[in-house]
Amino acid sequence: MKASRLHGPVRRLAVFCLFVILLMLGYTAYKAFGQAIDDAQTDWPAIGSVLPRTDDLTMPSVLDIVRGVFDEPRRSNEAFGSIVFDKAVFTLREASVGFAVGVIVGLGIAIILSQSQLLERALVPHVIASQTIPLIAIAPIVVIWGRKNVDFLPWEWQDWMSVSLIATYLTFFPVAINGLRGLHSPSAEAVELMDSYAASRRHTLWRLRLPASLPYLFSAFKIAATASVVGAIVGEISAGVDGGLGRQILLEASRYTTGPERLYVAVLFAAGLGIFAFLTILTFEYGLVRRKGTELVL
Amino acid sequence: MKLQQSLIRLLVPLLALGVLAGACGSDSNTEPVPTTTAAPTTAAPTTTEASMPEELTPIKLQLQWFTQAQFAGYYAALARGFYEDVGLDVEILEGGLDIVPASVLNSGAADFAVSWVPRGLVPREEGTNITNIAQIFQRSATLQVAFADSGISSVADLAGKNVGNWGFGNEFEMLAGLRRNDLDPESDVTLVQQAFDMLALINGDVDAAQAMIYNEYAQVLETVNPDTGELYQPEDLNIIDWNDEGTAMLQDALWADADRLETDAAYRDAAVRFVEASIRGWAYCRDNANACVDIVLDNASTLGESHQAWQLNEVSSLIWPSPLGAGVMDPELWNQTVEIAVSEQILSSPPDEGAYRTDIAEEAVAKLREQGVDVVGNDFERIVVELREGGE
Repeated sequence: MKASRLHGPVRRLAVFCLFVILLMLGYTAYKAFGQAIDDAQTDWPAIGSVLPRTDDLTMPSVLDIVRGVFDEPRRSNEAFGSIVFDKAVFTLREASVGFAVGVIVGLGIAIILSQSQLLERALVPHVIASQTIPLIAIAPIVVIWGRKNVDFLPWEWQDWMSVSLIATYLTFFPVAINGLRGLHSPSAEAVELMDSYAASRRHTLWRLRLPASLPYLFSAFKIAATASVVGAIVGEISAGVDGGLGRQILLEASRYTTGPERLYVAVLFAAGLGIFAFLTILTFEYGLVRRKGTELVL
Repeated sequence: MKLQQSLIRLLVPLLALGVLAGACGSDSNTEPVPTTTAAPTTAAPTTTEASMPEELTPIKLQLQWFTQAQFAGYYAALARGFYEDVGLDVEILEGGLDIVPASVLNSGAADFAVSWVPRGLVPREEGTNITNIAQIFQRSATLQVAFADSGISSVADLAGKNVGNWGFGNEFEMLAGLRRNDLDPESDVTLVQQAFDMLALINGDVDAAQAMIYNEYAQVLETVNPDTGELYQPEDLNIIDWNDEGTAMLQDALWADADRLETDAAYRDAAVRFVEASIRGWAYCRDNANACVDIVLDNASTLGESHQAWQLNEVSSLIWPSPLGAGVMDPELWNQTVEIAVSEQILSSPPDEGAYRTDIAEEAVAKLREQGVDVVGNDFERIVVELREGGE
């Protein structure tokens, strides 16, 4: 038991690394294959139409992408990777704030709705409908609103907070829906037991329903963590907030022709950020839910 | 009890993480200035910035895209203290994919905005009362670019070809150009939606790609030609310039809130000073190209140096010479823009009188002339910018 607990993460990491290496090999192999066909002047119908092209502009080599991490843009004496890392930290901050607010809002909604069948029936469709509004529609509104109408706050509103708010919009939903399910999850017997103790609603919520909803909540947190990263990146692109990964991705996309590896680097950092957010939640879950003996769901 | 504790243990660090992450690094850039401007009647600012001298009027300028040499004049005016000299404390707000400068301006979240003329006129027709106060770019920068060996050297040659364009309102000069050459955009050419890079042209997915002379056109010239191992050369490319075809539409202009100009004398006064200092910034960039490129790169260090030098050179040639004085609208070009906007059904009818005004730019130009600034730029000549691979 103890041994597997220690070796679990190590093994998982090893498998992950192996998979990354395989992915890189597969990428290189496909590229080499396409290149060979090109060199042989054979008109292979699939490549370039159904399957992606393999030239250096479409698929920069793995080596070029790695080199792109360490290349120093002419004007700065910092490696490109370290610049992008700073941007990722900025985006992580937006995402974290968005996530934290989203968890509070989502949990709040779940708790309120769990108190009354009527409320639940009336409001859940609205919560769901909120997710069908495209982000690009609300982003400019949030930014303009943030710049103009929040004088009542005790602190100064900054553009990145608008981006956090956009991330919140994606985050609260899974927390609210899963939280609601979790709060309803205790068996009737358990609820009756609490009733027989003459426990108040608050006690039942605090001692029974919330703890029982933890596994559900953690599934939601994992979805929400990655969603908050996506929300922050999309929000930045949409709202034009400088300093983060989303902006960098858009910039690199617009000058893709002259440096495809830079876009690859930026996107890989974005992927890394999502994985980091996910793992952070997993670590908390490991420490908390696992100890209770509940199954971990990856 | 234990469960309760574990619940607290769960939530507290999670939230703390978020708050902490929010707290650290909040030192970075963009300290927003209170939104009030010269108008003393609007809501009081929440905080008083001690560092800011009282006399300076806070002004926000909304760009239509990110920091690049396309907006060099404003960054130069800021960095060289031209705005401060005329009593303005200017904050430049970058654009985004979904940020429409006209709406930001109309909402009051910015005091002035940079926008293409058609993109200012459409919201105006829909009831957003904004007005063009200074026409900075006197020429259009939109090209259609083809490889020389494609045999496309004129609009007529586009017949039967794949013609790339970005859509979203960027295509109208080209559509009008086709019609003027008796080509039906629906049937005589294949219109292809193009991404914001030039991959489609290089890969041959389109025969002629849309490009801004100061941006995407240069990107091709910064790419290695696999056949030669060298960068693509201007001789490798043919360009169709809509300025020569007579279907060019006016692009970057400064827009202001038309109602506020009428009712708020302090705002109008700030507008004159803002245009004055902005044109001074553009004149500085014309006369000190290298220093100006440095200013742009100081604001966006990952941009390529030679690419921005190219961009500034081309942008300067869109501005200079300005025979009536920089920023003053040339009615002929305005009419051409409006004519195409109506014939291409971007606008349902020509805009009314107040869509642009020249009084503000004329006042600014007169002030600059008094100070000996060359506001016409007859002597401006394009330099030859050597592009490096990747625009570095």
